Amino acid sequence: MSRTRIQWFHFTAPANFYDLAGRLIPAFALLSVILFAMGLYLGLWVAPPDYQQGDSYRIIYIHVPVAWMSMFLYVLMAIYAGIGLIWRIKMAEVMAKSIAPTGALFTFLALWTGALWGRPTWGVYWVWDARLTSELILLFLFLGYMALHAAIEDRQRAANASAVLALVGVVNVPIIYFSVQWWNTLHQGASITVTQAPTMATIMWVTILIMFLACWMYSIAVVLARARTEILERERRARWVQERLESEKP
Amino acid sequence: MTASLFALLQRDLVLTLRRPQDALTVAGFFVVVVALFPLGIGPDPEVLRTVAAGVLWVAALLAVMLSLERLFADDYRDGSLEQLLLVPLPLALLVLTRTFGHWLVAGLPLVLLSPLLGLQLGLEAREIGVLMLALLLGTPILSLIGAVGAALTLGVRGGGVLIALLILPLYVPPLILGSGAVDAVMHGSSAQAHLSLLGALLIFALVTTPWATAAAVRIMLD
Repeated sequence: MSRTRIQWFHFTAPANFYDLAGRLIPAFALLSVILFAMGLYLGLWVAPPDYQQGDSYRIIYIHVPVAWMSMFLYVLMAIYAGIGLIWRIKMAEVMAKSIAPTGALFTFLALWTGALWGRPTWGVYWVWDARLTSELILLFLFLGYMALHAAIEDRQRAANASAVLALVGVVNVPIIYFSVQWWNTLHQGASITVTQAPTMATIMWVTILIMFLACWMYSIAVVLARARTEILERERRARWVQERLESEKP
Repeated sequence: MTASLFALLQRDLVLTLRRPQDALTVAGFFVVVVALFPLGIGPDPEVLRTVAAGVLWVAALLAVMLSLERLFADDYRDGSLEQLLLVPLPLALLVLTRTFGHWLVAGLPLVLLSPLLGLQLGLEAREIGVLMLALLLGTPILSLIGAVGAALTLGVRGGGVLIALLILPLYVPPLILGSGAVDAVMHGSSAQAHLSLLGALLIFALVTTPWATAAAVRIMLD
């Protein structure tokens, strides 16, 4: 075993993953709390009010990171599902399944905060606009994935079938996005892109980025915790599980 | 190879002809749903004309979705689907043939019925022409995407309701493009952009979805 390279496949064994996740979760949880506190402080007290929207724009510090997360998590879930389907790596299946509820949560939060923000700025909670509609469809894709996973009794078959669904969905997401965009648009375009300088004050986009990182840390912590319980359930008959549970008893 | 695919198609069509009520129920459902809309939103011709394209498309969507369960479920129950897996041809091709048969029975009648219903909702001749063309391009997409959902819910508890949740979100692009084509003509512009995109989507679905369906059938029969 070479010391210079990390043995990635070492952690595809459930027992090793279980131990690693157990050690990582507190770190990511702590980071997430610190970053959320920083981001909320900057967003609610330090950042100046918008010259048009006043203080109501401050919901952007939740809305934008959460909306980003919803899309990133769907893609990540599909990648894990694909890895699990193609290379039959059990841990990838566990990860895909564990990501879905967090993704659905962020999608729901993006819709909810968007509705709360839409009321003071557009005058309505909901419009049938491209972004809102495609985000709503994304929520249905997450829910469909979880429903299919839950409906199939056999664990392996459930993982494979929902992986196919996730992959079909990920191909469809850009198509859905563009089709609804041609159909109707009210939502503003992107203010922060990778290629151009942001069209907003530095403090604002820095705060958004901090909140985004905080959401990532939260997601990692929660997904790892969910994956750990899933492993325990899958491997409940394995000897290492009995040993770990014995040693973790208070 | 063509001979065996043709035999499969023939078998599916003969089975449908022996029990025509299945196909007729789908067409009947389509007509009834469309007929309910004027009762629900009132008989104002102007309003009906504006919503006609959307109503016809949503009704077609639901009708195709209801017919999907039959695509593989009967063969799954009596075991002939497993025999299909043993055929020395790519499963994707077999699945594509089966989907084509499904479209002939479930999708094509909707296209042929649509002028009558469009007329009732007050569409003009040119708009009806575009509507038919859009449905002709769009209903095969519905069958192709639907086949993935039908395969994924094989032998699953409550598959009929589940398939709606899996498939309807994926039906959004053909719905938007299809009813958008009619709207474009109604507002005096050309429907060409919408129809071209719908055609592109059909080709894309034709090349990709049979593989996903085949993979899903394999997983569920594993």
